[in-house]
Amino acid sequence: MATVTRRLGRHWYAWSMVAPVVIVLTVLVLVPLGRGLYLSLTDANESTIGRTIGPNHIPSTYEFVGLDNYWHVLSGAEGHFYQVLTWTVVWTIACVVLHYVLGLGLALMLNQRARFRAGYRIMLILPWAVPAFVSAFAWRLLLNGDRGIVNQALASAGLSGVQWLADPLWQKVSVIAVNVWLGVPFMMVALLGGLQSIPAEQYEAAEMDGASAWQRFTYVTLPGLRPISSTVVLLGSIWTFNQFPVIFLLVGGDAGADSQILVTYAYRLAFAGVRDYSGAATYGALILLLLLVFAVVYRRRLAEQDSSLRSR
Amino acid sequence: MSLTVVEPTAATATAAPVARRRRRGDRSRAASIAYHAVMITASAAAIFPVLWILYMSFGDADAWANPGEILSNPVLSNYANVLRQPDGFPTWLANSLILAAGTTVVGVLIAASAGYALSRMRFPGHGPLMWSFLITQMFPVAILIVPLYNILSALHLINTYAGLVLTYCTISVPFCAWMLRGYFDTIPAEIDEAGRLDGLSPFGTFWRLVVPLAKPGLAVTAFYTFLTAWGEVAYATQFMTTPDKYTLAVGLQTYVGQFKAEWGAMTAASVMISMVAAAVFFLVQRHLVSGLTAGAGKS
Repeated sequence: MATVTRRLGRHWYAWSMVAPVVIVLTVLVLVPLGRGLYLSLTDANESTIGRTIGPNHIPSTYEFVGLDNYWHVLSGAEGHFYQVLTWTVVWTIACVVLHYVLGLGLALMLNQRARFRAGYRIMLILPWAVPAFVSAFAWRLLLNGDRGIVNQALASAGLSGVQWLADPLWQKVSVIAVNVWLGVPFMMVALLGGLQSIPAEQYEAAEMDGASAWQRFTYVTLPGLRPISSTVVLLGSIWTFNQFPVIFLLVGGDAGADSQILVTYAYRLAFAGVRDYSGAATYGALILLLLLVFAVVYRRRLAEQDSSLRSR
Repeated sequence: MSLTVVEPTAATATAAPVARRRRRGDRSRAASIAYHAVMITASAAAIFPVLWILYMSFGDADAWANPGEILSNPVLSNYANVLRQPDGFPTWLANSLILAAGTTVVGVLIAASAGYALSRMRFPGHGPLMWSFLITQMFPVAILIVPLYNILSALHLINTYAGLVLTYCTISVPFCAWMLRGYFDTIPAEIDEAGRLDGLSPFGTFWRLVVPLAKPGLAVTAFYTFLTAWGEVAYATQFMTTPDKYTLAVGLQTYVGQFKAEWGAMTAASVMISMVAAAVFFLVQRHLVSGLTAGAGKS
């Protein structure tokens, strides 16, 4: 008891400052997470979950079914999991690689002294300033199969247009292109900040030693960017894996399972057709598990690389 | 950065033609042309979709099918139509503004106090809290949305501003607290100690000394929080059930649905929505680089 009082005395400032965040996260993230995990072990759907219709309250009738849902999904009986997972992984890798490469390229260019640099920077950041849902609708108009400007431009160049948002393959190309358009500015700004924090002396020293531009890039720039790169790549992968508005608003309405990623697929399970709450929760739990494994492996890799760099 | 340019001496000057030594960062003419060509192409790709929507918004309701005609006959009828809708765009705009402003105030306040505690104090629960901030980023909307709906309806917060503000805080606060902790780390602890010596409480130090110094970091988190709330789709679509509570993200979906395509209204609404977001964005954008890296570099 005495230790509790003592610890309370010493730490109450800290605890009271983090308390609001902890309470909000507990009530609105941890509790729903626990309930969501529980739902994934039941057969809850539209007809078995408790609901209130007018003055009448209908109690829940769903039952605990153990790991049945997971078995159903993972054994392939549910039919879409592996297909959706494969596409989600392809989508995430393609988007993050393109975000990073394009973002780094533009950041390197913006980091050089040049005329109009401030102007370029403002224009290049613009896609970030526009809310994603607005951009998604804007691109739907641009990519419209019959009248969209993209197809009209192709037609005037003598090429035949493409059903960007209807054809399964082009749908995938479109969602990646739009997401790259949306995501590059964040990477660019973050990496530009990283570039500016690399001391100029390191470049001067490398130049004195006769390092070529490419050597300066690989031996000074990339290692200098490492702390920021590792964070933005990790966050970027998680955000892209869970990217909701682009796919939901661009193709979500009328697409089959073709270009759905796990998150939008699970959302549709919960809110379209017969509402399959337990199925959606199962998908949610699997997404969370995949991301956790990814984050742990990623950070462990980084730590290993760091220690091997240091021992060299 | 001080680089001394080697003045060409008489000897090298006579041994012409010697390439003048260039300052690092200077480019040859060809490289300069290539630089601007790449930058102009990239900038065009970045701004074209936005400009196109702006252009389309000046057509009449059916102009999207014949964009060429807009140039000869620009009208503002889309804006007039959109602004006149009862329980339409003006209501959604007000709802989104209330939600985004509310989320920003609540979210930044609690994220800043948590970030400060994490930066300055060592207390039991420090490590797990940092981890939980990272892990919350991974929570897919799919697993949370149904239970969250149940909890909010038990608290009678479905179809209310408060319910959605709290929900949005769960999205933005972990990232903001993480980033602000990094930002507070860059403010020397001596400032806090000076404040304590002058008799300020830890809260007073935080509020009177550290918060004013952390303005760039706070601006970035405020901006991030505002835009998160302004652009959120999934929760708003399910939690706001009547048109008088729709946010812009929900309302815009009603323009372009399965059975109709009011592209004219959509473009005009998009332009107005983007203008608010862009105004907020450009207010803080000069802080973006410093604020973002100070936080993101720490992990």
